[in-house]
Amino acid sequence: MSGEGRWVHSPPRPSATFDEYAIAEIQRAAATGIYDIRGAGAKRKVPHFDDLLFLGASMTRYPLEGYREKCSTEVTLGTRYAKKPIELKIPITIAGMSFGSLSGPAKEALGRGANAVGTSTTTGDGGMTPEERGHSKTLVYQVLPSRYGMNPDDLRKADALEVVVGQGAKPGGGGMLLGQKISDRVAEMRTLPKGIDQRSACRHPDWTGCDDLEIKIGELRELTDWQVPIYVKVGASRPYYDTALAVKAGADVVVLDGMQGGTAATQEVFIEHIGIPILAAIRPAVQALQDLDMHRKVQLIVSGGIRTGADVAKALALGADAVSIGCAALIALGDNSPHLAEEYAKLGTKPGCYDDWHEGRDPAGITTQDPELYKRFDPVEGGRRLANYLSVLTLEAQTIARANGKNHVNHLEPEDLVALSVEAAAMAQVPLAGTNWIPGKSGDQF
Amino acid sequence: MCGIVGLFLKNRALEPQLGGLTATMLGTMCDRGPDSAGFAIYGSGDEGHIKLTVRSSEPDYDFNKLAETVSHDIESHVSPELHGNHAVMTVAADHAAAAEEAIERLGGEGIEVFGRGTRMEIFKDIGRPNKVADRFHLEQMTGSHAVGHTRMATESAVNAAGAHPFSTGIDQCLVHNGSLSNYNALRRELKRKGMEFQTQNDTEVASVYLTWRMQQGASLGEALESSLNDLDGFYTFVVGTENGFGVLRDPIACKPAVLAETDDYVAFGSEYRALAALPGIEDAKVWEPEPATVYFWERS
Amino acid sequence: METVDLEQTPLRELNQKLHDLQGSSEKAEFKVLNPRGKHAVASGIDAPISVEIDGSVGYYCGSMNKQAEVVVNGSAGVGLAENIMSGKIHVKGDASSSAAATGIGGMVVIDGNASSRCGISNRGVDIVVKGNVGHMSAFMAQAGNLVVLGDAGDAFGDSIYEAKLFVRGSVKSLGADCIEKKLRDKDKELLRKILDEAGIGDEVDVSEFKRYGSARQLYNFKIDNLEAY
Repeated sequence: MSGEGRWVHSPPRPSATFDEYAIAEIQRAAATGIYDIRGAGAKRKVPHFDDLLFLGASMTRYPLEGYREKCSTEVTLGTRYAKKPIELKIPITIAGMSFGSLSGPAKEALGRGANAVGTSTTTGDGGMTPEERGHSKTLVYQVLPSRYGMNPDDLRKADALEVVVGQGAKPGGGGMLLGQKISDRVAEMRTLPKGIDQRSACRHPDWTGCDDLEIKIGELRELTDWQVPIYVKVGASRPYYDTALAVKAGADVVVLDGMQGGTAATQEVFIEHIGIPILAAIRPAVQALQDLDMHRKVQLIVSGGIRTGADVAKALALGADAVSIGCAALIALGDNSPHLAEEYAKLGTKPGCYDDWHEGRDPAGITTQDPELYKRFDPVEGGRRLANYLSVLTLEAQTIARANGKNHVNHLEPEDLVALSVEAAAMAQVPLAGTNWIPGKSGDQF
Repeated sequence: MCGIVGLFLKNRALEPQLGGLTATMLGTMCDRGPDSAGFAIYGSGDEGHIKLTVRSSEPDYDFNKLAETVSHDIESHVSPELHGNHAVMTVAADHAAAAEEAIERLGGEGIEVFGRGTRMEIFKDIGRPNKVADRFHLEQMTGSHAVGHTRMATESAVNAAGAHPFSTGIDQCLVHNGSLSNYNALRRELKRKGMEFQTQNDTEVASVYLTWRMQQGASLGEALESSLNDLDGFYTFVVGTENGFGVLRDPIACKPAVLAETDDYVAFGSEYRALAALPGIEDAKVWEPEPATVYFWERS
Repeated sequence: METVDLEQTPLRELNQKLHDLQGSSEKAEFKVLNPRGKHAVASGIDAPISVEIDGSVGYYCGSMNKQAEVVVNGSAGVGLAENIMSGKIHVKGDASSSAAATGIGGMVVIDGNASSRCGISNRGVDIVVKGNVGHMSAFMAQAGNLVVLGDAGDAFGDSIYEAKLFVRGSVKSLGADCIEKKLRDKDKELLRKILDEAGIGDEVDVSEFKRYGSARQLYNFKIDNLEAY
């Protein structure tokens, strides 16, 4: 190679600031005049459970024998006030996802999968369908700002109620379901004209603030004769205060959703720039429960980016009572599957990247109301896949718990963990691996 | 997030009942604010003297000794009236500033002055509101008007200093239900203007803001009007002055507020529950204050 | 008629008694004394009964009502008849904010004024307010009817969908995408039917009303409407 040529032309240099996504977004905004709306949760890299490791057992702790020595996974939710708390076989629930954003068969599959492994599923913004109730042994009914589809008959059929204050993908925001997905049935359930953009409010129509939430929860208890647990779901933003206030307002269960948590349709700028990662949210929430002497009395469910049994175990070790999955459940059903590569290509995307769930053109038949598309999805097969996946998460979490000498997955504790990065150490309040240093705290012993 | 009550008596014959009626009203608002409670009561007083309400973090603090030390220090008599961990220190008006400074200097770590007025006394502490009212024997207090508050703490600490009312100046107090969204920036701005803060509380910022506006020459009504532009977030405010009582809600008006008026009184409650036991409430004019509108009643 | 004094009987007991009638066709009558601003009084009834409440109630009175007729001889707090399905809730005094919020069917009659957000997210209930309604009333109202004999406050009908709004007095300001519409004969018929049902058909001349509804400009996002979002 001639030495001269090498120095005359530098290779093309992309800007780190104006990277290909930033440039494409500027061009897209200039062409359309509207912000980008999409589904799913934050895609940017944020400190996550990957940056934590379990220590396992060695000389100071003794492990349990895999498969032989019992490691329990059951969890009871709603023991504070409800006459009928929720009893689950595994500490992994299915998060709220609406009929409307998901097809009927997809909702059915979630119910089937959850039933098979003894856990609960959750309605969403749009009400409860008979298929969903019929196929879900334990169903949590969301009370959302929009109140789409809300009625007392369904309310009384629910096994628990979840007052949604916010979502991890968009704390402080409402939703937007574009006209394409408002089919006749969705329109009817929501009492809206067909084909219009449907906006969901960001605040509830009949209360604002925790002092009024206390009264709202009181009403919901009266409506259900104090039978079922009442959850309060918040997006992770100020988890210490939000958790404390949910407890003061009378919640039986607090659901805390990190920024990686999915949504059916929200502005990209909201998804990527508002809210905090779940890793950073759990310890402050647990601290709030401990300060009020309510840890394990009011249960904490965390969600947002749970993928593996390791994630489950780490969330539990940091103090959660259970986790919830949304995106992972959809992936288990077949969302973003490689075998749909050709069809994703037609939509200008590829497996692993498809997030235009709001457009209703999902080739997997999951996030659509198009009968041609959702016919492709087999709810029985989908349910089986979800059950398999939930079983694997559970087995993995048990494996980790046994290795740390626990006979129940909820006996995992922060001291079983170390962090690989300073950021994760600070957020999870566990020591940096190999040190006794937790950023922000004095380390006096190993 | 909180419960507010207020009672402004038009009929002087009811003055002996002020504390009792206020205590009942406050008791109904326990669920709205279980963390702490406080009240300002406008009782007797005279032009020549200022009453400083002082709180100690120690339950058995020797306020008599403090009064003696302060009297000696400022060379003017300070007479203490004891109410548990609070004391009302009465001092000649022209020595009030010196006395306040001396109390905080000589009183030790846990001593705070949080009320100053010819007639206003402020009592506040952590705990269930009905218990707080009992602790200070509110039901036995008398006077022309009172403002009470129960607090469910949002972003700042649950302690007595964070309890309402906040004193906004001589005989002026403020209570708040809601949550301000620009208070940190406003606090920095007010600090640059030389104003002082004791807590991290959003309501204190509103209180200091009103004090600052009034120092600039605004009337309380004008200060409240200008807060509509300068304070962001959700709020229902109730303010007390030596002779008056005012209410303001933010333009969105999401936090509840109910007013009742009869020939005998004007009453405020975050909910109707707070008003339900008042005499003659069945025939009172009961209404909700309009958003972004200043309401004010004054005794001549 | 059974009388329940809330000074003596816990609210829980009253509501349980009313809930236990679910599925029964017995036209039982209840009188409730001393509500004193309590919340969720007579909420969640699903039976063709009548409940008369003597005094003022707190939040969510008669919420999620089905079939029953509830009368409040007093005023009502926030969220009166919230999510009502059928039957009728009648308040003789004023109602606080978010009266009849998200109601699906039935009728709510308020003899006095209703405060802000009256009929927010209406999904099919008929609301008759003899006095005035506060700001942001009929916000995001999807269906049903709101009839105001007095005046309406600021931002009336903001972001409205297919609900019909009728006002006899003035409207302080209209919200985004809400416009005045022609009062057609069939609107007058509807109005008369609602007023008859509210028991004041004889007292009111339906031609005195103006009708408001959605301009339908915000139904699908258009960049040219940006200021309205």
